[in-house]
Amino acid sequence: MRAIGIPILSLMMLAGLTAGSSPSCADDATKSCEVPAYLLTSDSPLSKVAAAVKAGGPVNILVVGSRSSTISGAEGDAYPARLQAALREKLPGVTVNVSVEMAARKTAEEVALELGKLAEEKKPTLVVWQTGTVDAIRSVDTDNFRGAIDDGVAALQKAGADVVLMNMQYSPRTETMISPNAYIDNMRVAAQQHDVPLFDRFAIMHQWNESGEFDLFRAVHGVDLAKRVHNCLGRALSTFMIETARINPAELRIQR
Amino acid sequence: MTSVADQVIGAHAGAAAHGIARSAPAVSIPVAATERELRLDLFRGLALWLIFIDHLPPNILTWLTIRNYGFSDATEIFIFISGYTAAFVYGRALLDRGFVVAAARILKRVWQIYVAHVFLFTIFLAEISYVASSFENPLYSEEMGILDFLKQPDVTIVQAMLLKFRPVNMDVLPLYIVLMLFLPPILWLMQRKADLTLALSVALYALTWEFDLALPAYPNGVWYFNPFAWQLLFVFGAWCALGGAKRMSRILSSPVTLWICGAYLLFAFYTTLTWHVPQLNHFMPRIIERWMYPIDKTNLDVLRFAHFLALAALTVHFLPKDWPGLTSPWLRPLILCGQHSLEIFCIGVFLAFAGHFILAEVGGGAGIHFVVSLCGILIMSGAAWIFSWYKRVAGKGGSRTKSADGDADLAGGGA
Repeated sequence: MRAIGIPILSLMMLAGLTAGSSPSCADDATKSCEVPAYLLTSDSPLSKVAAAVKAGGPVNILVVGSRSSTISGAEGDAYPARLQAALREKLPGVTVNVSVEMAARKTAEEVALELGKLAEEKKPTLVVWQTGTVDAIRSVDTDNFRGAIDDGVAALQKAGADVVLMNMQYSPRTETMISPNAYIDNMRVAAQQHDVPLFDRFAIMHQWNESGEFDLFRAVHGVDLAKRVHNCLGRALSTFMIETARINPAELRIQR
Repeated sequence: MTSVADQVIGAHAGAAAHGIARSAPAVSIPVAATERELRLDLFRGLALWLIFIDHLPPNILTWLTIRNYGFSDATEIFIFISGYTAAFVYGRALLDRGFVVAAARILKRVWQIYVAHVFLFTIFLAEISYVASSFENPLYSEEMGILDFLKQPDVTIVQAMLLKFRPVNMDVLPLYIVLMLFLPPILWLMQRKADLTLALSVALYALTWEFDLALPAYPNGVWYFNPFAWQLLFVFGAWCALGGAKRMSRILSSPVTLWICGAYLLFAFYTTLTWHVPQLNHFMPRIIERWMYPIDKTNLDVLRFAHFLALAALTVHFLPKDWPGLTSPWLRPLILCGQHSLEIFCIGVFLAFAGHFILAEVGGGAGIHFVVSLCGILIMSGAAWIFSWYKRVAGKGGSRTKSADGDADLAGGGA
């Protein structure tokens, strides 16, 4: 089955239906980072994050990801750093720290083995696990892939962390070479079964490409486009966290 | 026979019904088909169009493909009809000329498909080599790692010729090759013990699920379409062609079956809806979800197979063999495409690559996506029309048009 890949029309319809129910991405001078509201929330809980924010922090976020979680030569402009900036801006008075654990060229299975230990050591409030790309490139067996996601998420939950799963980037140029759909579907299933939120990076970037927000097809020299995309991803992820954890930033401001 | 039953037979058995009386006494084998079953061509043509559209980047036309409305997609239609026509054509050759000649003819066909596959792989290599040398974007440095295999063409090309290295969108032909390779023994057995053959096929399918049978792929993983599982559709198509459809007609025509099929299709539609509109997921019981997911395409999930059966049953019921629309000029392009399936399939894959290329160079707006898809379909139809025209003209000159060879060629496109 290939669930993802089509929903342009439904995205547009939904964007229309749900517009206004929650603000999409915050204003940005150059780019609006527009994302349909339903991609920016989840029914699965982020209870640890919600509690930590209520207590005024600290909210320690650990991003575990592959190379698409960074921009080589411009780490400070990659989405983890942008997430930290956006959260600090939106949650004034709450201590937010984002750290990154790079697992370049590692499959989900290889990463899953280390996740438990990592969470025990760092005691993060939330782990954002970005995975799938390496597995799709190597066309790892999808059953093994899902088993690895299951194990990894279970280990993180056991260590007492909230978990957000993040799928791969939408990459139109490599579409004829990498087939991400099976991995996206399996991540969605794993997320549902463990009741953890899934940040659908693929659908969001696909949406940006369709709407003309970013032209992801074109060859680009230099890191400018990557920086702008990561900035929007960081913002979208911050909104996703706040919406999913049912945090009301306005309330926070009143309290303080 | 009631009229409903009649219609239903038309469904699958169609022309097959004719031959039964004339064939060897012990077996019920279709011998003579007086005319082509246009519905088969129609739906295979449709499957080819849908496969083409599914291979392109998603655009507005993607909404018309059936995978958005249920579990199964165009691949099921294609493989089923291929099994049906292959059994039909080569089954007759087997009766007329004997096993050796029929098997040789099938193997010749396998060779054609193999050559087509290698040809497509060459085009693929050209495309990605171009992408590798021209595309640069720091955002995708990780994804471009897929091109590492270009650094060792010695291994890659050999693996491709062994059918183990199959880039995206090039999975169907290897499956087809393997299925056709085993068609001679399947046909031989099916003409003697049709039900036993089908039972063996189901057993192999079950064993595949039980023991995870699979063919290894390069660099790792397994074949995207597992032949051990997908053979079920192919053999089922063959079984229908050789009289199975006729024997199923009682079941197929019963209103209970139709209602079950309708209900199942609705359920499948609702389920796919929840993929696109996640809010609906609230109404999907977790237990069903857990039991149902993931719906495995590689091993032809039972849900997919059942979905195809339901679709086929309803189609056969509501679209009789003599439906006047079948001869309408509007459906002509589809039918022509279905009649030259291998050629059109290859053109479709090529056009999908070309479409990607154009979109990459021109930039991908929704409008251009739509135009590229539409042009592709027009080119496929035009090519099919030329093939038919050539066949007609060439056939007029030749004296063997009515011979078995000529007919085999006709359906060869199908087989």
